[in-house]
Amino acid sequence: MTEGQHLQIILRLGDDALVLGQRLSAWCGHGPILEEDIALSNTALDLIGQARNFYTLAAAREDQGRDENQLAFFRADNEFQNHLLLEQPNGHFGDTIARQFFFSAFALERYAFLSRQLVDAEVAGIAAKAVKELQYHWEHAAQWILRLGDGTTESHEKVQASIDDLWSYTGEFFHPDEVDEAGAEAGILPDLAVIRKAWNARVEACLSQATLTRPEDGWMQHGGKQGIHSEHLSYMLAEMQVLPRTYPDATW
Amino acid sequence: MVRTVHDPELPYLTVEEMGMVRGVTMRDNRIVVSLTPTYSGCPATDVISEDVENAVQAVEPEAQVEVVLSPAWTTDWILPSAHEKMREHGIAPPEGQSADRAFLTGQGKVIPCPRCKSRDTVMVSAFGSTACKAHFKCNACLEPFEHFKCI
Repeated sequence: MTEGQHLQIILRLGDDALVLGQRLSAWCGHGPILEEDIALSNTALDLIGQARNFYTLAAAREDQGRDENQLAFFRADNEFQNHLLLEQPNGHFGDTIARQFFFSAFALERYAFLSRQLVDAEVAGIAAKAVKELQYHWEHAAQWILRLGDGTTESHEKVQASIDDLWSYTGEFFHPDEVDEAGAEAGILPDLAVIRKAWNARVEACLSQATLTRPEDGWMQHGGKQGIHSEHLSYMLAEMQVLPRTYPDATW
Repeated sequence: MVRTVHDPELPYLTVEEMGMVRGVTMRDNRIVVSLTPTYSGCPATDVISEDVENAVQAVEPEAQVEVVLSPAWTTDWILPSAHEKMREHGIAPPEGQSADRAFLTGQGKVIPCPRCKSRDTVMVSAFGSTACKAHFKCNACLEPFEHFKCI
């Protein structure tokens, strides 16, 4: 693993957390019920906090005079290396929950590994807390999959459609590129084949309990980790970045 | 000096009682206070760092605050005196050790009501008014209350 790859690994972790955190933040004030509004906003807060930790660490390591804000607000869409799933629009509540369900199952396993690896103590420190927060996110999403899937005919149909629509974005989690392979070899990243097994077990058990059908593994989308994104990311970043880019010295 | 800094979200608790102060050391003739943040997304963290910095610099202008991420903060580090104060203020403190997975998500754990001490309580939502709290209801006295989540 080169120093550049090590940095890229930390940035990718931050990008996943920030992009999903930003997406979820849009639910604030729009949740179907008060408790859900709070739950989704709290989840967003956890993710943005995790992103801040990873970005602060990456900025300190690269030592180029950048800080967390510069990494979040002054990088272009093709410099973000998040998984494509996370930038997909919120859609309806079932779509958001399906996205959260797939990602939390993955992130939980990944953070569990990151918290135990001995290559990078600071990454392990961030992950050790994040894994506990993710446990809450996973439980929350899984509970909703259960209620929507095993709920009314309409909720069942709608959430099944969400699962089907987003399925092709889940393959990217387990599709290693050079950085993933170098990271796994160095022991800082998990073997994605192992994570895939755990992810499948988690997801399948919950879907089957929710009377939902696990889609067949067909053609899978990828490219996010290489900076090749769906159009949605650019619009999201434009909104997120417009203020600091227009008024770079703006403060509260 | 650090003992005088309070958590802005739980103003009856000091940062020391919250288990956030990991040490005070001398480095290159400067006092360095090591602080560890609580929840990743806790908005109070920045304020706390500033408050601690202001408090120590009031007596020692060269003093510094450094943020330590590893090992990660856990609710196990909250001092017992803080648990008692939380109860007095109507918040059920974390129960059990965070290493126990069941305790993390409230499965099978009983959170006694901080007001009437009844063990007949129910979780309304795992997410409460701040990132660190869940929302509960007491079936005995019918009062809602907050529970400081275990992480």
